Amino acid sequence: MLKYISKKVLIALATVFVLATATFFLVKLIPGDPFLNDKIPVAVQDKQRAFYGLDKPLPQQYLTYMGNLLKGELGYSIKKTGRTVVDIIAEAFPVSAKLGLTSLVFAELIGLTFGILCAQFRGKFPDYFLMVLAVLGIALPSMVLGPILRLILGVKLRILPVTGWGDWDQMIMPAIVLGLGTIAGNTRSMRASMLAITTQDYIKTARAKGLPPIKVILKHQFKNSLVPIIPNLGVQIASVMMGSFVVESMFLIPGLGRYFVDSITNLDYPLIMGLTVFYGVFLVTMNLLVDVLYGLIDPRIRVK
Amino acid sequence: MNESEKMIFDANAFDPLPEGSLEQDQIVRKKTSYWGDVWRTFKKNKPAVISLWVMGLMVFFVVFGPMMNEFNYYSNDYSCTNQTPNMVHWFGTDNLGRDLWTRVWEGGRISLLIAIFATLIPEAIGMTIGGISGYIGGKLDMFIMRVIDVLMGIPSLIYMILLMIVLGKGNAMTLVIAISITGWMGSARSTRGLVLQLKTREFVVASETLGASPAWIIAKRLIPNTLGIRVVGITMSMPGVIFYEAFLSYIGLGVTPPSPSWGQLIKSAGEVFRYYPYQFIIPCVCVSITMLCLNLIGDGLRDALDPKLRS
Repeated sequence: MLKYISKKVLIALATVFVLATATFFLVKLIPGDPFLNDKIPVAVQDKQRAFYGLDKPLPQQYLTYMGNLLKGELGYSIKKTGRTVVDIIAEAFPVSAKLGLTSLVFAELIGLTFGILCAQFRGKFPDYFLMVLAVLGIALPSMVLGPILRLILGVKLRILPVTGWGDWDQMIMPAIVLGLGTIAGNTRSMRASMLAITTQDYIKTARAKGLPPIKVILKHQFKNSLVPIIPNLGVQIASVMMGSFVVESMFLIPGLGRYFVDSITNLDYPLIMGLTVFYGVFLVTMNLLVDVLYGLIDPRIRVK
Repeated sequence: MNESEKMIFDANAFDPLPEGSLEQDQIVRKKTSYWGDVWRTFKKNKPAVISLWVMGLMVFFVVFGPMMNEFNYYSNDYSCTNQTPNMVHWFGTDNLGRDLWTRVWEGGRISLLIAIFATLIPEAIGMTIGGISGYIGGKLDMFIMRVIDVLMGIPSLIYMILLMIVLGKGNAMTLVIAISITGWMGSARSTRGLVLQLKTREFVVASETLGASPAWIIAKRLIPNTLGIRVVGITMSMPGVIFYEAFLSYIGLGVTPPSPSWGQLIKSAGEVFRYYPYQFIIPCVCVSITMLCLNLIGDGLRDALDPKLRS
């Protein structure tokens, strides 16, 4: 077991290494220069470049970066002058993670329940009703849902604060906006995957031996229909915890989401790299956990 | 049955059939192909068929709608800004006095193209790679999955920018290609998961025993069986793609203004939603109808494609 895990961890580390390397060179391919500015004298620009080591040849920059990465140093941000990348991530990540996880847990629970209900009442009213809701949930992206919710709950009814971060009630609206797509997606996938196994022999056997329907659904059908849903869970958790650009800028939440876009449009090289490596480590870890979970749930694909 | 009722046959009562008169053994009905069969099941699904018609209507408007009045999608007219829908401007005008009827249908061209092709192409790529990875397994599977891990880790905005530089930005074609190249990983991962689950099933083992090649098994046995679940994924990712384009144009990578798209129309109208709700609602309704139809068509296809659900 230890050997298996250490092998997996080694592979994960190699993945992160390749990821960092690929991103490093890809980012340098983007034309542009973060220091190019008509108002600043060229001598000063050169000095700035030298401070970030951007005057050195590319291979040397790469080796320096990788060396620092091994020491756990991610460097200074170019646009947020004077702040380290670690600093920025340490400040913004907990915010996004808290919002993302809250939203995801509720979305998974509601989505899976809806999916089971739909499959159970296939072709009847509850099925159609929930499916229309799900379709609306998919068709209404955060860009549309955000303003509507804000207008109704925040401005007209004045139940919830319109923007901001800190109190629990400020989290409700962004969590709904963030989670609606997941609810809708899970409802549909769960319905499809529940239906796909209703005709399987083991379900018939379970019914034939006289198990009460609720037990058949929860113990046999539910567990098996999770199989196609789980592989996406790792990516889902990782992406939702990294924050959303749209939702965070809409509700003025000081999370990580906006940095993913801003850093790239600003060509803030250290920040791009730092975020990519951070996200990469997180994603790989989540996928590792999901792989293990996958084997636990479905013995047919358990690693030998 | 007693002895007296026993039938007695006389050999002379029978004539041998003349040569070539064995037609009654042949199948009179036309042979149905796999897709013919799918179509027959699909036709029975009323909501799906209606959706197909509505989609047809949508495509009609998107193609011919902009020609139905004398306005174009890019001319500003400051004498009639922010008009509510009326006899001249059927869907009203926006803050620059541009006719929204024309803009909505013109925008639909781009959005529909992107919604359909930028989901089907990456799906096809993902299914092929996921199918191969899952079925062959071993070192290859390991390798492909790690490549996907790496590709998923690189922020997609970086590829987007690079691809736009290579392909030239601003048109629907480029967007479709760029989204296809960056969007297949999720579907590959999901297809692989399904294939892993299917490949030990009896029908696959049977094909293997009969000597079918791996390519044939993947294409004819495994992928058709994953389609049912993947169709849901495909129809679900369509609205996401429409709004991804809006997001890209927000940071200057999407379709270049004044060319409209549904995502952009909704986004810019969302900011003035309180004052000019019609500017927001009309494109939203278009997107919602399209999504509803595509979803129902997807459902119909799922039921038709999945032999286990055919009754």
